[in-house]
Amino acid sequence: MKFGVIVFPGSNCDRDVAMVVRDLLNQPTRMVWHEESDLSDLDVIIIPGGFSYGDYLRCGAIARFSPALQATMRHAEQGKLVLGICNGFQVLTEAGLLPGALMRNRDLHFVCDRISLKVERTDLPWTQEYQKGQIITLPIAHGEGCYYADADTLAALEDNRQVLFRYCDASGAATPAANPNGSLNNIAGICNRQGNVLGMMPHPERAFDPMLGNTDGRNLFEGLLLGMQAIGTR
Amino acid sequence: MPVSIVSLNKTVTQTYQARIYVTLRLSVLDPAGTAVQSGLKHLGYNNVERVRIGKYVELTLTADDEAAAKQQLDRMCDQLLANPVIENYRFELLETAEAKRL
Repeated sequence: MKFGVIVFPGSNCDRDVAMVVRDLLNQPTRMVWHEESDLSDLDVIIIPGGFSYGDYLRCGAIARFSPALQATMRHAEQGKLVLGICNGFQVLTEAGLLPGALMRNRDLHFVCDRISLKVERTDLPWTQEYQKGQIITLPIAHGEGCYYADADTLAALEDNRQVLFRYCDASGAATPAANPNGSLNNIAGICNRQGNVLGMMPHPERAFDPMLGNTDGRNLFEGLLLGMQAIGTR
Repeated sequence: MPVSIVSLNKTVTQTYQARIYVTLRLSVLDPAGTAVQSGLKHLGYNNVERVRIGKYVELTLTADDEAAAKQQLDRMCDQLLANPVIENYRFELLETAEAKRL
């Protein structure tokens, strides 16, 4: 399966992601400059973390209009996989590929930490290599990761089981104290209704290489490969 | 379209200045506003009750008339300047220059 990593001016996790999918997972991978408009050769598009276009106006607001993101929207419409990490999640909500918005952290600080997450659902390519209810640790690093959606949207997200990752304490309880940024319902990552678009604030690519001391992000990428193979044999 | 070219040649366009105010929806928490409110309290302004921080954008644009300018501004705000999920907007329009003939 072929991966594409979108590079906006201001992206800064693009090479970390490429390191994982190209060098550690040995998948064909290309960097996609934001001005590219033909992404039809790709199976998975990853929108990395960083500060696309300086995050001017609002995080992700300007990236949405780039040719690469327009092509990503067509890619998503075809049911193909799209992963937005951190700034990528913000871009996906601005683009309307995911509901809600990401706002300034509750305590106004940029939070750089390792946090516990509960894996809420394992019947999608993204999470199938995890156990349901498994508690994993991933790094976060963001100033605007407070997930907000109106009450109806939030209820729909829960009813349709679109929350894949939730901030939790060591026992798996989604408490306010375990919530690093004030996200509603402790939301750390959600998918769209169809399940092919995932946005998450934590960085799974920073928890893959054992040299970094944490491999809890590994199952996400490895599950992705299995999921793609399964889709391919159907 | 040929029709619009003809009309463009004859049309007198106006230059407008827009003042656009983007504010958080009431249902959305504003932690920065709360922090500023607490700062004001520390200065002794205990009568300050609800601080909400928004954005202010100024721009100039040309349009055939005020209605066309307003219509365009609505689209700009919906598409980019405000995020309708969390924000509201309103704008004021001022005519700045008269009769630039194309």
